[in-house]
Amino acid sequence: MKVLNYTTSYLAVVLLLLISIWATIFYYAMLDEIYDSIDDGLDNQKGLIIQKAAFDSTVFNRQQFDEGDYAIQEMSAQGALHFREQYIDTLMYMQNEKEYEPVRMLKTVFRHQNKYYGMQIITSMVEEDDLISELFYALLWLYGGLLISILMVNNFLLKRIWKPFYHLLNQLKNFRLEKGFNITMEKTNIDEFRLLQQTVQQLLQHNIDTYTSQKHFIENASHELQTPLAISINKLEALAESPTLTEKDLSLLGSTLQNLERLTRLNKSLLLLSRIENKQFGQTEAVDMGALVQKAADDWAEQLVFYNIELKINAPETLIVNMNPDLAAILVNNLVKNSIVHNGKGGLVHIMVNKQLLVIENSGNKKPLDEKTLFTRFNAGTSGTSTGLGLAIVKAIADLYHFSIRYTYAQKHTFTIYF
Amino acid sequence: MKILIVEDEQDMREGMVQSLEQELYIVETAADYDSALEKIGIYEYDCILLDIGLPGGNGLDLLRALKKEEKGSGVIIVSAKESIDDKVMGLNEGADDYLAKPFHMAELHARVKSVIRRKIQNGSTKITVENVVIDPDDRTVTIAGQPLDLNRKEYDILAYLVTNRGRLVTKTALAEHVWGDAIDEVGSFDFIYSQIKNLRKKLKDSGAQIEIQAVYGIGYKLSEA
Repeated sequence: MKVLNYTTSYLAVVLLLLISIWATIFYYAMLDEIYDSIDDGLDNQKGLIIQKAAFDSTVFNRQQFDEGDYAIQEMSAQGALHFREQYIDTLMYMQNEKEYEPVRMLKTVFRHQNKYYGMQIITSMVEEDDLISELFYALLWLYGGLLISILMVNNFLLKRIWKPFYHLLNQLKNFRLEKGFNITMEKTNIDEFRLLQQTVQQLLQHNIDTYTSQKHFIENASHELQTPLAISINKLEALAESPTLTEKDLSLLGSTLQNLERLTRLNKSLLLLSRIENKQFGQTEAVDMGALVQKAADDWAEQLVFYNIELKINAPETLIVNMNPDLAAILVNNLVKNSIVHNGKGGLVHIMVNKQLLVIENSGNKKPLDEKTLFTRFNAGTSGTSTGLGLAIVKAIADLYHFSIRYTYAQKHTFTIYF
Repeated sequence: MKILIVEDEQDMREGMVQSLEQELYIVETAADYDSALEKIGIYEYDCILLDIGLPGGNGLDLLRALKKEEKGSGVIIVSAKESIDDKVMGLNEGADDYLAKPFHMAELHARVKSVIRRKIQNGSTKITVENVVIDPDDRTVTIAGQPLDLNRKEYDILAYLVTNRGRLVTKTALAEHVWGDAIDEVGSFDFIYSQIKNLRKKLKDSGAQIEIQAVYGIGYKLSEA
């Protein structure tokens, strides 16, 4: 739920509660005022009737209400002296409405020519149920109106206020550390958002700095390792030429050399990766992928024979891709190598090239690989002399040129690149 | 044949000197930019091995100075910075070859010989070992005057071993030279053995007076039979 709607839903509940309480209070206050005003009217009328009675004796003939609004009966002095004036709510049959309707009645007494009279004056009352329902509907309209206007304010005003926030959020969603810094901020007058923007910017900058320095560290470390590695390998090679070495010595030397060479390969792969990520491969040209596949197949011909792997190439169409030719060769070669090295003796490799994609299938382990970690560094079944960087390099090249690469497994391991 | 090694790393330099002196080259060294510039100015070299990152200056500047003086030396850039820029710039500035550190000594010898052959001997010299003659231009091999039929990789293996004759060539060096760097992550280099076996058989059948010896666990060596 968006923050806009979230506050609105809270407001809706609070408003409902507030309006209900307010309505109750308002209702009673209103009612009180109405009674007050009616009672004043009755009091006034009482005065008028008593005045009229002073010179018009017909007043005393009104013993029933009939068409009038007062009734007068003579009463004993005893009763009159103990009488207390009172206003009461009662019901009277109304001709027009044909039902009993509430009326307000003033019961009072007065003295006229030493006689005591009891008098009742009525006036029609507000119908409470009508008042309540009127009030209820009025408040319903008010409530609805309030909610609608709040929603509208949210949508028009708040949306504008929150725009920099959502803008920032969208940018963050698309932010990739390795792609560098390209977050833009929208101008805002709201302190909190400004603070958020500043904080995010600082955080990102800090992360990018750390990332860059780590990357540089790897690059520098790899560079610096090259020379001592070269020296060690060359010295061991020189040592291996010594005529006095026994077979055992040679075997030790051989395995030391192999491990140093493995380290060299690892180093080279790391350097290659950082060069790809740093976009240090310049000029692109139209590269014929089919030809590269064919060349890779030729390069690997001896291994294919040695491991008894059958390689089938099916290239009905020409696939021309604009990219750096060195990287294209590395891409194809790594995939082909991968399909051969991680294949069993007597396995099968099937390569298909058409206008848009390159598919490399191989038999091999009868177990699907984990797609999530497959293309990460040092994760693809790092074994023996493999550096575990081959597919990471493939992925880096694909990312550089925005190719998509997919791995699927259905009896065969299939790598598909969509150019 | 005179070779100048311009390299600031002492161990690296000594290793190269030692290895090249075994091939009976006259080897001189320079450890920094200034002494290299001085030597280039005074002496003539057939081949110069040039490091890019030097104390006191950049190897590429040395290359420019060399080309300005129009000395006929072959230049091989030897750089630890395996960056395309260095390679492209070096070759554009007139270097004859580029070798990235770390490298195998066998590869260094092959490159040095190739540069000297092209620059100094105008590429016309055939390599002869006993009754085997290799013509690098036509990529052909004759044994006792009879042409030997080899496929591309067999030829590359033989030529590489002949270039490094009498020296140990590791399996990795051989694989990288013949199959290219791309090969470098293969599970094992066992497949080379079957190639060598074929080559040995062809050499033997043609009566070649050279043979390829296996050096236990490490590589191969070409020697006179």
